[in-house]
Amino acid sequence: MATQLTSPGPPVVAPDGGRHRPQRPRTARDSAPVTLTGLAAKVVLLGLAAGIAIWAAFPLVEARAWAGLAILAGTTAAIFYLYLTRRHVPAKYLVPGTLFLIAFQVFPILYTASTAFTNFGDGHRGSKDEAIVAIQTASVTQVPGSTEYALAVATTGEPATGPLVFLVTDPATRAVSAGDATGLRALPEGDVTVNSAGKVTAARGYTVLTAAQAGARSAEITAFAVPTAGGAIRSSGLSRAYEGKATREYAAGCDCVRDTATGRTWTADEGAGAFVAADGERLAQGWKVGVGLKNFSRVLTDSTISGPFLRTLLWNVAFAVGSVAVTFGLGLLCAFALHTPRMRGRSLYRVLLILPYAMPSFAMLLVWRDLFNTDFGLVNRLFGLDVDWLGGVWSARLAVVLVQMWLGFPYMFLVATGALQAIPKELTEASKVDGAAPWQSFRQVTLPLLMVALTPLLISSFAFNFNNFNAVYLTTEGGPFPADNPTAGATDLLITYTFRLAFGAAGAQYGFAAAISVFIFAIVALLSAVSFRRTRRQEELYA
Amino acid sequence: MRIRTAGVVAAALALSLAATGCGGGGDEPAASDSPAAKAAGGRLVIWADTKRTAALKPFADHFGQENGVTVEVQEIADEQQTTFVTASQQGSGPDVMVGAHDWIGNLVQNGAIDPVQLSAQQKAGFAEIALKAVTFNGQVYGVPYAMENIALIRNTDLAPQAPATVEDLVATGKRLKAQKKASEILCLQVGQSGDAYHLYPLYTSAGGYLFGTAANGDYDPKDLGVGTPGSVAAFKKIRALGEKGDGALKRSIGGENSIATFTAKKCAFLVSGPWAITDVKKAGLAYDISPVPGFAGGEPATPFVGVQAFYVAAKGKNKALAQEFVANYLTVPDLAVALYKAEPRPPALTAALDQVKAEDGDLVKFQEAGRAGAVLPAIPEMAAIWDPFGKAEAAIIGGADVATTVNAAAKTISGQIR
Repeated sequence: MATQLTSPGPPVVAPDGGRHRPQRPRTARDSAPVTLTGLAAKVVLLGLAAGIAIWAAFPLVEARAWAGLAILAGTTAAIFYLYLTRRHVPAKYLVPGTLFLIAFQVFPILYTASTAFTNFGDGHRGSKDEAIVAIQTASVTQVPGSTEYALAVATTGEPATGPLVFLVTDPATRAVSAGDATGLRALPEGDVTVNSAGKVTAARGYTVLTAAQAGARSAEITAFAVPTAGGAIRSSGLSRAYEGKATREYAAGCDCVRDTATGRTWTADEGAGAFVAADGERLAQGWKVGVGLKNFSRVLTDSTISGPFLRTLLWNVAFAVGSVAVTFGLGLLCAFALHTPRMRGRSLYRVLLILPYAMPSFAMLLVWRDLFNTDFGLVNRLFGLDVDWLGGVWSARLAVVLVQMWLGFPYMFLVATGALQAIPKELTEASKVDGAAPWQSFRQVTLPLLMVALTPLLISSFAFNFNNFNAVYLTTEGGPFPADNPTAGATDLLITYTFRLAFGAAGAQYGFAAAISVFIFAIVALLSAVSFRRTRRQEELYA
Repeated sequence: MRIRTAGVVAAALALSLAATGCGGGGDEPAASDSPAAKAAGGRLVIWADTKRTAALKPFADHFGQENGVTVEVQEIADEQQTTFVTASQQGSGPDVMVGAHDWIGNLVQNGAIDPVQLSAQQKAGFAEIALKAVTFNGQVYGVPYAMENIALIRNTDLAPQAPATVEDLVATGKRLKAQKKASEILCLQVGQSGDAYHLYPLYTSAGGYLFGTAANGDYDPKDLGVGTPGSVAAFKKIRALGEKGDGALKRSIGGENSIATFTAKKCAFLVSGPWAITDVKKAGLAYDISPVPGFAGGEPATPFVGVQAFYVAAKGKNKALAQEFVANYLTVPDLAVALYKAEPRPPALTAALDQVKAEDGDLVKFQEAGRAGAVLPAIPEMAAIWDPFGKAEAAIIGGADVATTVNAAAKTISGQIR
């Protein structure tokens, strides 16, 4: 407690964590003078917080997201209370972190988990109403042989609010009609002025809207239709109108879409989130529905998915272990080599060794992919080999791990150097005095101490490599693929495999991808939990 | 006291950051919906990729001035389709989107774009295949502006004559290899994961197809060509060109090195599109462009024809203006010519094509190579093809058994198509 040291009160150390701490130190601290800079910073930052809250509130109000607004108001109020009061000191430190945790960890996890129970994806993105609107809009076709009119959008009232009227000119006869929700009505020739293109520029009793005025009422104009015998006159932009007809209409009674031209009906299937005809044909535009455990059971029961899942999992573990092992091995070796005081030019070597770590990995991965090219790659050229690196199962796996080694060893070198320097020299010297050979001293004194410091890092490195999407996707894309299964390649990790299943074919399937993510999350959590348990045992052993 | 102040400062700073973090995710869509847009009387937002943004700007400004509205062209560097669909869903998307026509199926099933009603006269201005490409379920969904297809680009110093058949090509390539004038027979990108797009002319010439055609001329997702005896026979011919056969097709040649290998004069033939020409010109080698040849006595070698188009976003805030821009303003040839100058691909408007044809002979040759082409399918089911088909291709070129590989690919594809 650093505050204790600066507080003017007597140092009181309560054995029970300070719960029964006498009141004096607290009052002493509370009465500490408020500095001007501190106050100014407080005012500015709280003002900033308020500003951000107000800025975030407008869109929420506009979207009528009352729950979101309530959360926003509650959070802001809590923040103000917390930092304006002198109490709750620990909370002052904890709340920001907690908010970050909720925003960037808890919320994504909950969102992913909830998506896993839906069919959210291409073709099932919006609501049912949106799908119906899309189906009806998409079915509007021009009535064959109908007139294509020149259009002027006008109003009988104020340009911004008055009722809309379509002034349409027949290109053949130049006759002008006014159309509103009740239908078309011919206008006398003397009342209108028509330009060379046939568009009405002025009409008695009407205000012709400019493009800007019309643009501001875009949504109304798009929805506006003047009923005619064959369908309705609709706008195509702001200067042309056509007679069109919506051939597909939604009927709430049967909860179905009916095609007026063919009489075919598609009934809503709430389980699938689509309109389905009697013969199983679906309309393209569907909507998002909850599908329960279907995504999860698909992972387990679909043989093309569950079949390669285990093989992919095994290779995934092997890849993560292998990557950590080779990077750690090489990194440690380099660290030892440069730890010897007799070595000259150590800082130069250190700089050189760090270089791969400083390069952007995604670019390096692409470079390595080209280096492993069978006919044009540097690797085969340099060594005079003819290895089909990325085309063979084991050569591709080796290549992927080699690339990881190159990319990852500088990190391990750095942390191992740090850990080595932290080990007191006395220990190794003592073991030497006790008659231990250098190797024995390394194995029994240095390495165990090193491992205590490094094991958590190795585990986090394992977890990182377990989901190292870039490493595989940018070099091999998961390939090579067995001839009989184009969905699971030899170097596929679960994450690249998931990516292909969810986004590779048949468009994006977010719901399904989320379900697989939940599986991967469970696997990584389990593996990490087991290894951390083992680490604890190890620490007890050496501590 | 010093420490306390620091603590308060740090905590408050963290808090304000946290508040930004919490708020950030949800607000983006509404943030663009600023009151300023309403005051200005309309704001049209166009999303395009890096190359097209610059070409579009002057025309967007012109349209804006003419109509008294603000037009913004925003650059979306990559993943344009995904970004567009996601942003549309959230309500923060553009009003007009520029992109490839094979997105249409996916954009329609996600309700992201609206049909465009073109007049008969406007339709007549476009190349027929371009208009067909943007037609989906009988509706025109975008205004096409450029077409592209692959062709055979040949180093005329090494191979003065255009090969009439694949066999001719392989014979020439082998001879050049024996004479040490080239190290590869053909630069056709395969890569470790295969490439269905570049292989397609050879595949069709050998008798394969991807999707059959329905009565209305659209692709029929129920008639899958992969796995049929024809496709197996086609892959047998392709295997014979592969690593265990002639060695004309190799996995070591992929998207990242095929053009570079050709410009380094390591192979006499390159199968690629108009995008390769810039590099080829830069390399300063003598070249010519001809259609991708087919197998002797085989079916016609049909490349895919792709189209770049402008779409009206279904969830745009300014749809009437967007319709006006796309349907009534973009159908003028000037813009197509400007876009051609930004990136040389044949314009879809016949008038614009005629205008640039005179200055660019390559364009005519590419167009000629695409004459027999098939429209790249825009049906959403096509997404299920690329990956398994490509992998089967890579495996077969590497020497895998044809029947098992093709059947496995067919099973994967049909499993993806509901």
